[in-house]
Amino acid sequence: MKKWTYAAAAIAIGGVVAAGAAAVSAEDKPMLTIDGETFTTHVKVPDDHPLAPEVISGWEYRTRETQALELDDFQNPAFLAVEQGEELWSAVDGSEGKSCESCHGDAAESMKGVRANMPRWNEAANKPWTLEEHINSCRKDRMGAEPWKWESSEMLGMTAYVGLQSRGMPMTVQTDGPMASWIEKGKELYYTRVGQLDMACANCHVDNYGKYIRADLLSQGNINGFPTYRLKWQGVGSLHRRFKGCMDQVRAKPYKRGSDEFVALEAYLASRGAGLSVETPAVRN
Amino acid sequence: MASAKPRVKVPKSAAAGEVITIKTLISHKMESGQRKDKDGNVIPRSIINKFTCEFNGQPVFTCDLEPAISANPFFEFSAKVTESGTFKFTWNDDDGSVYETSADIKVE
Amino acid sequence: MTATVTRRSVLTLGAAAFVTGIVGLPARPAWSAEIADTIKEFTGGAEPQTGRVSIDAPEIAENGNTVPIGISIESPMTSDDYVADVIILAAGNPNPGVATFHFSPMSGEATAQTRMRLAKTQDIVAIAKMSDGSFYMDKRTVKVTIGGCGG
Repeated sequence: MKKWTYAAAAIAIGGVVAAGAAAVSAEDKPMLTIDGETFTTHVKVPDDHPLAPEVISGWEYRTRETQALELDDFQNPAFLAVEQGEELWSAVDGSEGKSCESCHGDAAESMKGVRANMPRWNEAANKPWTLEEHINSCRKDRMGAEPWKWESSEMLGMTAYVGLQSRGMPMTVQTDGPMASWIEKGKELYYTRVGQLDMACANCHVDNYGKYIRADLLSQGNINGFPTYRLKWQGVGSLHRRFKGCMDQVRAKPYKRGSDEFVALEAYLASRGAGLSVETPAVRN
Repeated sequence: MASAKPRVKVPKSAAAGEVITIKTLISHKMESGQRKDKDGNVIPRSIINKFTCEFNGQPVFTCDLEPAISANPFFEFSAKVTESGTFKFTWNDDDGSVYETSADIKVE
Repeated sequence: MTATVTRRSVLTLGAAAFVTGIVGLPARPAWSAEIADTIKEFTGGAEPQTGRVSIDAPEIAENGNTVPIGISIESPMTSDDYVADVIILAAGNPNPGVATFHFSPMSGEATAQTRMRLAKTQDIVAIAKMSDGSFYMDKRTVKVTIGGCGG
């Protein structure tokens, strides 16, 4: 078993080969423009930023064919989820006889910018809440409805639909006040080696972005496109599902979706990727 | 999958004789019959096996789908329109379900 | 019409010459019996000609779950001269069938796109049946990378 672990680790690490610049060259870099709106997919950052000189959206690491799916809202299969979310928005559910719309009206107005500063500090809960937690809080406390499971099609539809209302806006999570310690905790997790392969998030997504790990091109692991349609999943999935996938991959025991650890990671990554346009719902490999 | 949701994109109007582009997408897992569940049992095939586009009752484009078509089947194809009318789109599921939608076009 | 030498025709000629040189036989696609049978069934035994059909697919697919494929066939698409059916096969999949397109003169153009699953690097074949009963085909290799990661 031990021998295998070392062998696997050697493959995983040895598989990272220099390829870098070819993948993201400035000249032939297509712009992410959807319906005439151009998105910010790379942001210049100061030298002390871990991703200096540039924070780069996962969009830039995808092939033309995958990018094409995000460029056209009709072809983007995540819009099947968005449409489901839109229907749920005005669907009455629970003991109070209310829908989201009953309180929040037109999502295009009331939800604009909401995704851009998630997770957001919740004073009553004394912790940051993700979009999923905001939605379920409304369902339980205001609608008298059953909360949705984190990875249910209803929740993904709603987070995709609400997230879409912030599409194109810069990621701007709160970093001061009570959020600071959560972001610090997330950063610590990001740099902590875990699992049988003894790897931290940073080993791939800070040390080796732009390079191939076997046949996969490593991105910086930014979160501005979630929930996202992944070709591998053949469907839409949450950010915390993606976290779990990486942890499985390094043979670590993943934290639970919605756990304090994943919320802290989300907060850290939101702050690290500040300035990138929200791309929800993006298309990734 | 009785809740499979179709989306279609058809121009609202066209010139007589114009060749237009139509796009369609439907939510469906397209379970290939090649996968196994956690206990090692084959997950039975369950796909959309036929897609049809008709204009005013005449066939425009039809496709027989195999399990090798990706989840959420997408089609893009052309149609020559000579008169105003209605495009009717039909998807047939292995389980017998039929999903339908339509779109009108005005020829000016 | 001027005679043009395209990159593809040069490559094809080169490849054919190479194989002929080595084996001393004309280059023939190495289909499995299943593919050969499927093609035979579709064409009724007729040998498809090359040309007129073109397959548009990426050289390297980022993910085998969703590989875009476009087929277009040169045809006037009139009521007495049109493309009737096009069969698409993926020679390296567990089941080679991908889709069969059925066009009509109302299609206007014999062109269509969809997305397919490819289990590995393999040849994609498209064979078109014209309204006059003739057959044309195109073939294209798509490389499918197997990811190292990406849980």
